[in-house]
Amino acid sequence: MTAHAAEAEHFAGSNKLFIPVWVWLLAITGFEVFLGYIHLPIVYMLTILMGLSIIKAALIVAYFMHLRFERLNLILTIVPALVICICLLLAFFPDSFRSSKLRYQVKQPAPAEAP
Amino acid sequence: MSTEARADLITGDWGGGVLPYRVGHRKLGMWLFIISDSLTFSSLLIGYAYVRASNVWPTPFPFSPSIIFSSIMTLCLLSSSLTMVMGVSASSRGDKERARKWILLTIVFGLAFVVLHGIEWKHLIDEGLRPFALPHEWAERWPGATPLFGATFFGITGLHMFHVITGAVYLGVVAARVKKLNHQDIEISGLYWHFVDLVWMFVFPLIYLLSIDAGKVAH
Repeated sequence: MTAHAAEAEHFAGSNKLFIPVWVWLLAITGFEVFLGYIHLPIVYMLTILMGLSIIKAALIVAYFMHLRFERLNLILTIVPALVICICLLLAFFPDSFRSSKLRYQVKQPAPAEAP
Repeated sequence: MSTEARADLITGDWGGGVLPYRVGHRKLGMWLFIISDSLTFSSLLIGYAYVRASNVWPTPFPFSPSIIFSSIMTLCLLSSSLTMVMGVSASSRGDKERARKWILLTIVFGLAFVVLHGIEWKHLIDEGLRPFALPHEWAERWPGATPLFGATFFGITGLHMFHVITGAVYLGVVAARVKKLNHQDIEISGLYWHFVDLVWMFVFPLIYLLSIDAGKVAH
């Protein structure tokens, strides 16, 4: 039971902490929408948007899910394995880029030939 | 070796005693579920990116209504996460009545998200978007575009919406039984809810913001 008591006590964080986190999340979202309307090449867009989304996810996990206040071994059990698994999925992309070149290219309809 | 000495040894070695992660088994279970569910969503999103990168992809979302709706939906989910942490924080102080109110507010934000998303879906379905077919105007505007746009859109946002609905039901049960539940149970329901919010933080930019109709044909 002592462990449970410790668990209840160690919940950290207060409204003073959560509201700025929420404001940051909103601000980053607003910036993302703004980015959608300046014409950047899609590779830059994707990189910036994913970077910002990872920051948002980290804020949510660290503060709202208060993983930051958990024991380090829980964090080390959860986070690295997940990150590695997700990165492994990226191995498929070379095939995706290859098949984009193999696809049937739609051409403008040719003018009808004279009989 | 005496029992006491052995207990000391185990504590010394493991540093965690019977709770090596210092969380109860239910909370650990929820974390494991979240890991598996995040792999589900990452696979779907990476599958979507795979199909998108190897095809001509329509970028059909206009500022109004799609981007306005999806931005307000994001605001709803982020706010629902804030009200949820307020609920958990009230519960940690032992104020169950206040916790219940915050959780009910969280459900309201969640349901607002679902309603807005439903309207957004209806717009697209009325336009002619189907899981395996594009509206005629889109097919003309983006020649050769893949019909899988609808499959990825409805698949990913649909699964996410299902999670929101499930979360609202889960929180409804938690709110109804808040007096009987201990603090950790409420915290666990919060973990699930924040996870649903977190997934949307990836779905929103990838599905919506990268398919904004900027008035020019993009591939």
